[in-house]
Amino acid sequence: MEQSKKSTQDNLLEVKNLKISFKTDEGIVTAVDGIDFSVRQGQTLGIVGESGSGKSVSTWSIMRLLPKNSIIDENSSIQFQRKSGKTVEITKLKTKSKELREIRGGEVALIFQEPMSSFSPVYTIGNQIMEAVLQHRDVTDQEAEEIAVDMLDRVGISNPRQRFKQYPFELSGGMRQRAMIAVALSMNPSLLIADEPTTSLDVTIQAQILELMNELQKDLGMSIIFITHNLGVIAQVADEIEVMYLGKILERGTTKEIINQPKHPYTKALIKAIPRLDHLGERLTAIQGDIPSPLSRPVGCPFYTRCDDVISGVCDVKMPEPTHLSDTHTVYCFLHEEKDV
Amino acid sequence: MSDTLLEIKDLKVHFPIRNDSLFGGVENYVKAVDGVSFHIEKGETLGLVGESGSGKTTIGRSILRAIEPTGGKVTFNVDDESIDLSQLSDKEMRKFRKHLQLIFQDPYSSLNPRMTVRDIIAEPLVAQKLAKGKEVDERVQEAAALCKLNVEFLRRFPHAFSGGQRQRIGIARALVSNPQFIVCDESVSALDVSIQAEILNLLMDLQEKLGFTYLFIAHDLSVVAHISKRVAVMYLGQFVELAPTKSLFHAPKHPYTEALMSAIPEVNPDIAMTPVELKGEIPSPINPPSGCRFHTRCTYTQDICKIKEPVWKEVEPGHFASCHFVDTLNLQGVEMSSPAKSPLTGKN
Repeated sequence: MEQSKKSTQDNLLEVKNLKISFKTDEGIVTAVDGIDFSVRQGQTLGIVGESGSGKSVSTWSIMRLLPKNSIIDENSSIQFQRKSGKTVEITKLKTKSKELREIRGGEVALIFQEPMSSFSPVYTIGNQIMEAVLQHRDVTDQEAEEIAVDMLDRVGISNPRQRFKQYPFELSGGMRQRAMIAVALSMNPSLLIADEPTTSLDVTIQAQILELMNELQKDLGMSIIFITHNLGVIAQVADEIEVMYLGKILERGTTKEIINQPKHPYTKALIKAIPRLDHLGERLTAIQGDIPSPLSRPVGCPFYTRCDDVISGVCDVKMPEPTHLSDTHTVYCFLHEEKDV
Repeated sequence: MSDTLLEIKDLKVHFPIRNDSLFGGVENYVKAVDGVSFHIEKGETLGLVGESGSGKTTIGRSILRAIEPTGGKVTFNVDDESIDLSQLSDKEMRKFRKHLQLIFQDPYSSLNPRMTVRDIIAEPLVAQKLAKGKEVDERVQEAAALCKLNVEFLRRFPHAFSGGQRQRIGIARALVSNPQFIVCDESVSALDVSIQAEILNLLMDLQEKLGFTYLFIAHDLSVVAHISKRVAVMYLGQFVELAPTKSLFHAPKHPYTEALMSAIPEVNPDIAMTPVELKGEIPSPINPPSGCRFHTRCTYTQDICKIKEPVWKEVEPGHFASCHFVDTLNLQGVEMSSPAKSPLTGKN
């Protein structure tokens, strides 16, 4: 996990000032509010946050998979380095352009949370992997089938030839999630977005899937964005962690920095809220209140309404500037701002 | 025993599989729960863990007779009386239900969207005719207050609430009839960690205040460990281990428990996970493996495991397990570091 080199050349993906809103009947809802992040070649970026924090929206925009009523702000920038070495500005692509279609699935792949509903029930597993392969590679049906069977084998599915002919309902949850990974990886993407990929699985299966993803990442050298609300999972897979709340990034750092030395009150609260086996019987610290509605976003730091360390007259006035605690560790909080100087 | 609330003996739930013919003859059975015995003490929380398909939910529901058990005895001790729930007629059972409640997993689908919060919470009182007129409102308000729900909320409909608030409505509904025993079936699994912590705290506070007894079913081991006094581990319709929480997690006696423990993702990034590998998937409960049901996936399998079913025995006081090698295996539990060493305590 050495991350001393920090040149922008290593960055596969660079997102700047990303702002995404949705037009709804109640007005314009801002889901992601001016965030920056980058993903390095071969690294795993973990994004944590509660539901409604904008984790999924911010990453789905990399594939431009947002619904029609979404607006990506014109000053936003998503720079993606293609396999050819060329860098493209994803926000400027037309949604039906050939280039975007090549990138979707071909270079950026997505695994969803719900392995039950992410497959079509009326096609066989094999059929659905082949479909993806045929879309992106110049191969015959025969070759596509070989690739699909090989991929099923690689993700640890026994009897891949037989599974190839089965329908999604015939596989268990863990199997289906493996098959999903097989679809995503069959095109050898350079970036994999895993959106809560193990949330609905049993711990034993979850451990297997995490190990599988680690192995495949080593073999194929891809980068991963791993979205989850389980801090235990993220501590095990991520190199870097970003903590999101209500469309903003509140803290960012290496996994060790975030988990062992959390600085933002929200990160601290999240970590304290996890029941831990080494602290049995202690009372958990819940975060008071609920996430505010994105329709009435608080002015200033989005977390101030629930924060124990709120400084009135400061936190509720403007969003704090980033404070760099180390090369990799950045926090957005007034409590730490003065130490910057 | 006077402090035992619930005594379950050899509980069995078998679901028939019918063939495709017109009359649907029974071909076979899914043995979802196959001979489980345990007891729950008054005011304690018994945790129940296991992979999906192990029969956790079926146990919870068959105790409440939401699913009719195929065999076995469920004895409930209330008001100095011992009542065998499995022998009650439907009518008698109906009367008895006020003592038993269930809190569901999904706070989005377990509340009727067309009913106001007040009507949802009042439902058990109305259905069981436990209260009338003004008293209903009083009890609803009392339950709502216990669950930290604002009185204002009672006039609104469920869609106006967040997941955590909805789950609190579900809890208020469960406790309004003043039950003795509550089954929490994955009650916090669908919630964010911060909300989960709040609901766990609420459940524990209510237990302290009102003396509830919980059967807490979940697949998240750390949540179960946090709330339970004792924990049972289930595999393919049977218990493989049952012990006080600490001794189960520190010193598991069954290889399956060891494997489950090792799969818990460690929050400390300095400790790498080393999951014990479980081969394959949970076998079908229609044709469970011979001998010890876990032998197909166990790392320590010997010949005897394939032939002979292990006995359920008390290894240490209160610590039960069913494994042939319970005395010889040296299994790894979860390391419990002293709180002082942990980077997460005492720091602000």
